[in-house]
Amino acid sequence: MSGTAQVLDARLLQALLQTLGPRRVLHQPAHLHAYACDGYVAQQGLPRAVVFPETTEEVAAVVSLLNQYDVPFLPRGAGTGLSGGATPLHGEVVISLARMNKLLAVDLENLRAVVQPGLVNLWLTKRVAHAGCYYAPDPSSQSVCTLGGNLAENAGGSHCLKYGVTTNHVLAAKVVLPNGEVVDLGATYGDAVGYDLLGLLVGSEGTLGIATEITVRLLKKPEAVQTALALFDRVADASDTVSAILRAGIVPAAIEMMDQLAMQAVDKSHYHVGYPPDAEAVLLIEVDGLAGGVEEQMRRVVELCRQHAARSVQVAQCEEERALWWSSRKMAFGATGRISPDYIVQDGVIPRTRLTEVLQYIADLSRNSGLRIANVFHAGDGNLHPLICYDARIPGQAELAAAVGSQILRACVDAGGSITGEHGVGVEKRAEMTYQFCDADLAAQEAVRLVFNPRNLCNPGKLFPTPGRCSEVRQSAWLAAQFAAVSAGFPEQTRILAPDRQGRQDGVY
Amino acid sequence: MASDQVTTAAPRNGAFLWPDAPAPEQYEVCVHCGFCLEVCPTYQEWRDENHSPRGRVFLIQAAAEGRLSLDAAVVDPVFTCLDCRACESVCPSGVPVGHLIEAARGQVYHADPPRGWRGALARLFLRGLFPHPRRLGVVRALLRLWQRFGLQCLAQRLGLLRLLPPHLRALAVALPEVTARPARLSLPERLPAAGPRKGRVALFTGCVMDVLFTPVHEATVRVAQRHGLEVVVPRDQVCCGALQVHAGDRPQAQALARRNITVFAESGVDYIAVNAAGCGAMLKEYPELFRGDPAWHARAQAFAQRVRDIAELLAEVGTEPPRGRVPQRATYHDACHLCHAQGVRVQPRQLLRSVPGLELVEMPDAERCCGSAGVYNLTHPEMAQTLLTRKLDDLPPGVEMVITGNPGCILQLRAGLAQRGQRIAVRHTVEVLDAAYQQEEEQA
Repeated sequence: MSGTAQVLDARLLQALLQTLGPRRVLHQPAHLHAYACDGYVAQQGLPRAVVFPETTEEVAAVVSLLNQYDVPFLPRGAGTGLSGGATPLHGEVVISLARMNKLLAVDLENLRAVVQPGLVNLWLTKRVAHAGCYYAPDPSSQSVCTLGGNLAENAGGSHCLKYGVTTNHVLAAKVVLPNGEVVDLGATYGDAVGYDLLGLLVGSEGTLGIATEITVRLLKKPEAVQTALALFDRVADASDTVSAILRAGIVPAAIEMMDQLAMQAVDKSHYHVGYPPDAEAVLLIEVDGLAGGVEEQMRRVVELCRQHAARSVQVAQCEEERALWWSSRKMAFGATGRISPDYIVQDGVIPRTRLTEVLQYIADLSRNSGLRIANVFHAGDGNLHPLICYDARIPGQAELAAAVGSQILRACVDAGGSITGEHGVGVEKRAEMTYQFCDADLAAQEAVRLVFNPRNLCNPGKLFPTPGRCSEVRQSAWLAAQFAAVSAGFPEQTRILAPDRQGRQDGVY
Repeated sequence: MASDQVTTAAPRNGAFLWPDAPAPEQYEVCVHCGFCLEVCPTYQEWRDENHSPRGRVFLIQAAAEGRLSLDAAVVDPVFTCLDCRACESVCPSGVPVGHLIEAARGQVYHADPPRGWRGALARLFLRGLFPHPRRLGVVRALLRLWQRFGLQCLAQRLGLLRLLPPHLRALAVALPEVTARPARLSLPERLPAAGPRKGRVALFTGCVMDVLFTPVHEATVRVAQRHGLEVVVPRDQVCCGALQVHAGDRPQAQALARRNITVFAESGVDYIAVNAAGCGAMLKEYPELFRGDPAWHARAQAFAQRVRDIAELLAEVGTEPPRGRVPQRATYHDACHLCHAQGVRVQPRQLLRSVPGLELVEMPDAERCCGSAGVYNLTHPEMAQTLLTRKLDDLPPGVEMVITGNPGCILQLRAGLAQRGQRIAVRHTVEVLDAAYQQEEEQA
């Protein structure tokens, strides 16, 4: 991994063009900026090139070429990741899988589907909905994020409380290894024989290989679904309700919570529900299953909400109402743009029973730092998403926000939880890895990476803390140099583009 | 958004050196979540981040902040955008992508005005023709000559149309029959309401709309009158300026806007009714053209508040369901500038559902652009054709009519259907409604 050879070798470029054709290789610097980051914008870098393979063979050919030229690379789906997993910090060649978006096969009888990695999560459900089937993991970005990205990040979602995360739904995959070899992992039926290598791959954040065909499990849509919206005057009451519901032996499909600031943000967007401004928390509780059971479960859920001082509990009366409530929850991250120019979304996990206490800690941090923090989270499984609002234009605020985020993650670990529930470590939480794991733990994980990715060409610098601070400093110096290089040609160009004294204008492009 | 009124001095170190630049408070709202990707027609086709709403906003911001110069990196994506605004409908943080694109095009227009034959053509239409009702009258006369005296048939028979590129040939064939005079002149200046008056409304006639679709204006007036609206047709109104804004020619658009604001202010009406989605969106967004001019900004706001799409207006004043029948199986295509830019989705469907005999079937992705997009089908024929094909493939089986609310879409869909030899009618919402009322009167 080298930070100096960010220019694409001319012979490599020729070979890439020959493999994919001119329309599927972006290599002119002008066309690379849009790939400087994914959904995590705090750190950015320019790739050497972006390529758009369409088949397993093409991915393998590209990866082999990059190996031959010793050039780092990383896979990218829709670029909606929130931890910077697809951000090219070392001039990687971005292998965009967005054009590999076919549904290759569906077996409705056996409830299996084979997809290419660029297929959008929700499209899979749409394509099998006619048969009453769906794909269960539902990250908030499901209308845009890809199944390949879901696999790389082991994505969760609102309904993983009952149905499990991506790893529970991915059964097999064809994978291009970091050296360009193609292997089949997992098993479409039954348990895979031998080591669970697919288990390793799911959630490896693009460091162990690139899945190019993914076999997933489909589910039959539950016979009935009911959704309740409960408003609370106090966060503590909402937290207690969550615990009470699960203690009562009810396993809802989802229990989601939003606090006051998050409610205000979504209510300012197209996804307006009309939450009362003085309510401190809202719970969105969904139960599903057989029609009879669902009704009874919902009756008990409503009762428990009332017992815990809910200000009001409403059960959705129609599909439109339910859809609006869900959109309001799923769009909450993006809607934060309505109340703050920038934000960091964190992704810590805690034991459910310590919800009130950790939320109080976050509130204190917010007060002390002067940064507003909205909370949107999967309350049922204790997966917090504090949204730390800041303004990058104010010097020091971005750093402060990052520090606050780090403190929240540490608090999660201290409470017995973890630093990520579903967004991954990426570049964002590398430093916190050392807080969660001791050196031996990390060494064991790195040893696995070296088996698959010995030359560290496949998504380098992600997931693990970079040893020593010097390399971080080197890297940021490299980044600075890169941006300087981009803007170096700029003053002349502005001069050319500006109308001169005679009013004559010389375009340059 | 902080405030509608801001100073529009170009940022100091940015690549946008001219006034009226993309506004920081508009692009800074983007949080890069990417929820816009999958509704963007160009991203759906190319799957390249450069040609996605998020990518475009990112590049515009980079140029504004001086990290990129105003070269192909920014210019190409800004011009491949259809300006269909589908991204705005899903954007959770409310980025006005359309305004950003339009303002960025304004900067490009200054930096590198269109040159060569393309530039000449653009200037001819956007500055020389559309803003001038008299010259449009000449075009109308020529078109009529072409159609009435069999010249069109002759040209078709001799194969002269084959000299045109395929997309233009299809459009030429799809042109509706032009009437003798524009509605702006043929309709009386004042038409009384039938029955008790619910309000006064001025009809916006537009440029292309009033050359090619005069009958739609007549239908609009009849339906409005029937529902208690007194209609006035201001003679001095001009083209709305939308095509100019899309092309980046903001000075020309501002001139047209000033004229219309003045003319309609004098008419003293309660509403300004528009039956072209593109014009309606433009008129409602006049304030955006005067961000740096508080006096005109205020006037533009007062003007914009009175603008209604005809379907929106009818829903607002209330309609009685027609008793005449239109026994056809039809589907409704949402014009981008009606659903995404104006948020009008329910009203046209409600009106159409009230028509006896009309069986309205929804098509998948009714809100996806048909590829017309102003003059996009002329400037980017390849992408426009791809989108048209997808749209036509999505028509539900057995429909006899496609209904929509924008002249550009009507032409585009007619051209596509003619190319395929499909005998499916394309009508404006208000035409269908009017047909039902006409039928009712014939029965009575």
